[in-house]
Amino acid sequence: MNREDFEILNDGLIYFDNAATTMKPKKVVNAIVDYYTKYTANAHRGDYDNSLIVDDKYEGVRDKVRKFINAKTNSEIVFTKGSTESFNMIVFGFMSYYLKRGDEVILSKEEHASNILPWQSLAKRIGFTIKYASLNENYELTLENIEKEINDNTKVISLAHITNTIGDVRDVEQIGKLCEKHNILFVLDATQSIGHIKVDVQKFNISFLGFSAHKMLGPTGVGVLYGKKELLENLVPIELGGGMNVSFSSFGNYTLKELPARLEAGTRNIAGVIGMGEAIDYLEEIGLSNIHNYEVELKKYLIDKLSKVKNIKIYNKNTNSGIVLFNVGDYFSQDVAIYLNQFKICIRAGNHCAKMLEEVICTTNTCRVSLYFYNTKEEIDKLVEALEQQDKILDTLV
Amino acid sequence: MDSKLKRDIMLDNYENPQNRGIPLDDSYVKINSRSDSCVDNIDIAAKIKDGIIEDIRFDGEACAICTSASSIITKELKGKTKEEAKSIIDNFERMINELPYNDEVLGELNIYNEVYKQPSRKNCALLPAKSVKKIIESK
Repeated sequence: MNREDFEILNDGLIYFDNAATTMKPKKVVNAIVDYYTKYTANAHRGDYDNSLIVDDKYEGVRDKVRKFINAKTNSEIVFTKGSTESFNMIVFGFMSYYLKRGDEVILSKEEHASNILPWQSLAKRIGFTIKYASLNENYELTLENIEKEINDNTKVISLAHITNTIGDVRDVEQIGKLCEKHNILFVLDATQSIGHIKVDVQKFNISFLGFSAHKMLGPTGVGVLYGKKELLENLVPIELGGGMNVSFSSFGNYTLKELPARLEAGTRNIAGVIGMGEAIDYLEEIGLSNIHNYEVELKKYLIDKLSKVKNIKIYNKNTNSGIVLFNVGDYFSQDVAIYLNQFKICIRAGNHCAKMLEEVICTTNTCRVSLYFYNTKEEIDKLVEALEQQDKILDTLV
Repeated sequence: MDSKLKRDIMLDNYENPQNRGIPLDDSYVKINSRSDSCVDNIDIAAKIKDGIIEDIRFDGEACAICTSASSIITKELKGKTKEEAKSIIDNFERMINELPYNDEVLGELNIYNEVYKQPSRKNCALLPAKSVKKIIESK
């Protein structure tokens, strides 16, 4: 779909690393260039025309994000550098005051580093316990396995909506209900889902959420932190500076602005925010359900074809997203990735920043294909054709 | 040397690596190196006495270039003085990074003289050298 909007794909590039970052459509790039060439100004800082245009655009994107994830108010939407910053703000700006020794936080072993390391770091300081809900035989996280870990000390469940390795789609609506029932905060990492399926913070009973624009057709260096207003009010800024204060004096007294400005210290990535807004418009034009259905169709096609190639082990045949993890015989995943590069096929090799997954799937390295709506069955055929000649994988050494 | 021969030597060292496996022995200095993409993960351990590398071994999981280079580096450095080892590693790094180098000290490591043509492979070849350098500097 819509391949004509991605100039980079015109030259035979087969891009299957969409879980790492997506390509950017012309509209997004043009919006960023327009900001830098036609109306550059800082946001919330001036009384001249361009400054007002920037304010309108910047705050307009906040409104788009609110609608996109169905938040209640614009003050629940904070622009960040990306998921990693969003999660660090949630953990160090909120949880460090909220959690006490003896409390419990539930994660899973498939989580990305950005939803593990901040928790582990804070746990060392405060002394709360992290529990990892276990996966079933299909490497999926079931509601029962989450429920098993819940007790009176459970304060937070923090999970990816879709994981970046196995690609399983978590039943966030049910998990949200479970959290409501047990009075647990629900933190959602929407990084891999935001450009693929509908995220609805009210329907899913989300307390906090983070995502990055660059995995949903937007630019790098920008993302979103969402928090329920009453929770976000209590998030202590981990960065202080311009744009977020009302007043300060030499006596050391300072007053901070209301949400969301209070959490946006310094000049933000304005061009990035504007680009992210275009990406949201673009995704909504195509329709997230159309994107998801097409991805699942492509994944089925890939699995069917790959299953017929000798020596291929597929780890996640049954998951309902566009991610396929596999290995080719005893070949090291990186050698496979470099071999495929000859055919201009981009895949990811390694552990995909989910370093505990090896404890679950018992392998440290895999090849990952992650599909998006601009991929085609013809591209998949080319991948399969290359993998059929697997005895040539190490021919690329010299 | 033609490409096929170079490839065969690499494959032989990948499939049947020499000096693989690190003994549990405190007299070895062990250093781990990982590639930026976290894919290659190699330990190098060396036993150095009176300025001579008495034994040097490796272990870990890595691609064909990184594994074979670890095998060949350990073969080339065994029995060498620290100064000789330093010269080999310096020249190896210079070769991979397309700088002038002395091929006479490199022995079998000369088979990597075309790795620069595949930029994504350069770090794979350099990874074991990184650990060796740290070991030489540490003792």
